Amino acid sequence: MLNLLKSRTPDRTPSSLSVRNRDLGHIAIEDVSMSYDTMRGPHQVLAATSLDIAPGEFVCLLGPSGCGKSTLLNSVAGYATPRTGRVCVDGAPVTGPSPDLGMVFQQYSLFPWKTVRQNVAFGPRMLGRGEPTPEAIADTFIEMVGLSRFANRYPRELSGGMQQRVGIARALATYPRVLLMDEPFGALDSQTRHVMQESLLNIWSEFGITVLFVTHDIDEAVFLADRVVIMSASPGRIIADIKIDLPRPRDGDLDVDERFLALRKQCLAHIRAESRKAFEQQNR
Amino acid sequence: MARGLSPIVARDDVEATDTADVTGESPNGPVPASTPRTVGGLADESPAPSRRGNRWSGVLGQSRGALLAAISLALFIVLWHILTHNRLPLYVRFNNVPSPEAVLTRILAVSKSRAFATDVLLSCRRIFLGFGIAAIVAVPLGMIMGRFRLARELVFPLVEVFRPIPAIAWVPMAIMIWPSNEESIVFITFLGSFFPILLNTLSAMKAIDPVLIRAARSLGASEGALFREVYFPACLPSIFTGLAVGMGVAWVSLIAAEMISGQFGIGYFTWEAYSLVEYADIALGMISIGVLGLLSSALVRLLGYALMPWAR
Repeated sequence: MLNLLKSRTPDRTPSSLSVRNRDLGHIAIEDVSMSYDTMRGPHQVLAATSLDIAPGEFVCLLGPSGCGKSTLLNSVAGYATPRTGRVCVDGAPVTGPSPDLGMVFQQYSLFPWKTVRQNVAFGPRMLGRGEPTPEAIADTFIEMVGLSRFANRYPRELSGGMQQRVGIARALATYPRVLLMDEPFGALDSQTRHVMQESLLNIWSEFGITVLFVTHDIDEAVFLADRVVIMSASPGRIIADIKIDLPRPRDGDLDVDERFLALRKQCLAHIRAESRKAFEQQNR
Repeated sequence: MARGLSPIVARDDVEATDTADVTGESPNGPVPASTPRTVGGLADESPAPSRRGNRWSGVLGQSRGALLAAISLALFIVLWHILTHNRLPLYVRFNNVPSPEAVLTRILAVSKSRAFATDVLLSCRRIFLGFGIAAIVAVPLGMIMGRFRLARELVFPLVEVFRPIPAIAWVPMAIMIWPSNEESIVFITFLGSFFPILLNTLSAMKAIDPVLIRAARSLGASEGALFREVYFPACLPSIFTGLAVGMGVAWVSLIAAEMISGQFGIGYFTWEAYSLVEYADIALGMISIGVLGLLSSALVRLLGYALMPWAR
């Protein structure tokens, strides 16, 4: 399987996925703030925020809805221009969406009019490389997520979990430096979500790709991440940066592990304190 | 905002949108228990169940529909026969209305006539040109208006001014501005189908899920590729709604134009039959128009079916 990937990896990437250049995929968020204009003047959704993510690191942004974590992710993805500050990936400022910045959405966002293979081949086709063909690259990634039998199906014919696996394969097929995920498993039922979390970790460890993963689910964040960055609302800002030093590979048994529970509790305490503050502010 | 205290602690309150994960089988039968392991370490889930449903109930439903359609048409012809044969003295005057037998005789006679075939073919040609040009102009224009605000703000006021003018009101003006009658008829047919196609394309552009556009841009799509690969296919279902409506209006406009300004054409044939007191030909003309309209709508639907395999 990995040999297959190796032989088909285009020139623009390191020679193989497994021995990928682990120096690539450094994300530097420097004093990024976001606001939008309202009738009563600018409304700040994200206070000046800095965050440094090492190549190959798996970071979860954790926080309640409306805390600006998706806004922060969008500024890394190049969808939104920060009011102040900048985002650099491997030293180059992000100026807009790019195939170097792989994106996975909560709503799967597959093209309904394209088959699984055509969806995954879309990115490689846009990059316009001749060899290997976009379809060959697509088939490699479809096999990686275990959907070879469904390559000619339309997204509508697949379950939510399968659609999101196509979404991940599609994002990886341009060999991005970083993988940005916006609550990718939020719409899945909990059994499917657990399976998807474990398979994401497998893919991540094969790829060694930097992952920035937005979630509001504490268990998910602690299970997946090297670091959990906790955010709070109005305006959005980082209130804690917790190192998750649980051993890898991690599997489903982890959630009864004492260290897991302790870290979970630590995250919970931060969020509780913050929520209480917000609640008291609103009721004053 | 009383949500402040608890919801973030809740494991997940987002509803699972897919029930397919728990339904057991794929459309092709049960999924084999042992599937090859992959790097992702995933066992295959079952795909969503097919929407096509039970094949036999579909066939039965279709033949039932066909049977009922035949019955309703037969009843209509019987009623028509009774009304015209007995010349019933109702408020509506049936004494000059041709009977179904008389119309059938004319159909048989006319099917050998070259003049009638010319009328039909000429009307079809006018539809093909007028409707075809409308589709070729309105679809790209609607997409450009949907994508670029300036284009929308410039063109939309004109659309709003011209759209309420019925195509038939254009007849005198069309005869004045076009060098020949033929061109003015095609122009009127074009006008009739243009607006429904344009407006449906425009509304489809507004309804595109912005996440799809983000996804395409993240995958490196240029503006041209976005139009080709995202905007156009996303609009297709709505474009075909517009084409179906446009086809209907195209026939309405064509017949009106032919009756007023035409030489030849099925609309002209029908009007001429009235002038020449050929009552059976009036009904024949009407029936021909109905059949042609039906066939051209079916053609549009068939084309849509062929072009949108994902929507079946």
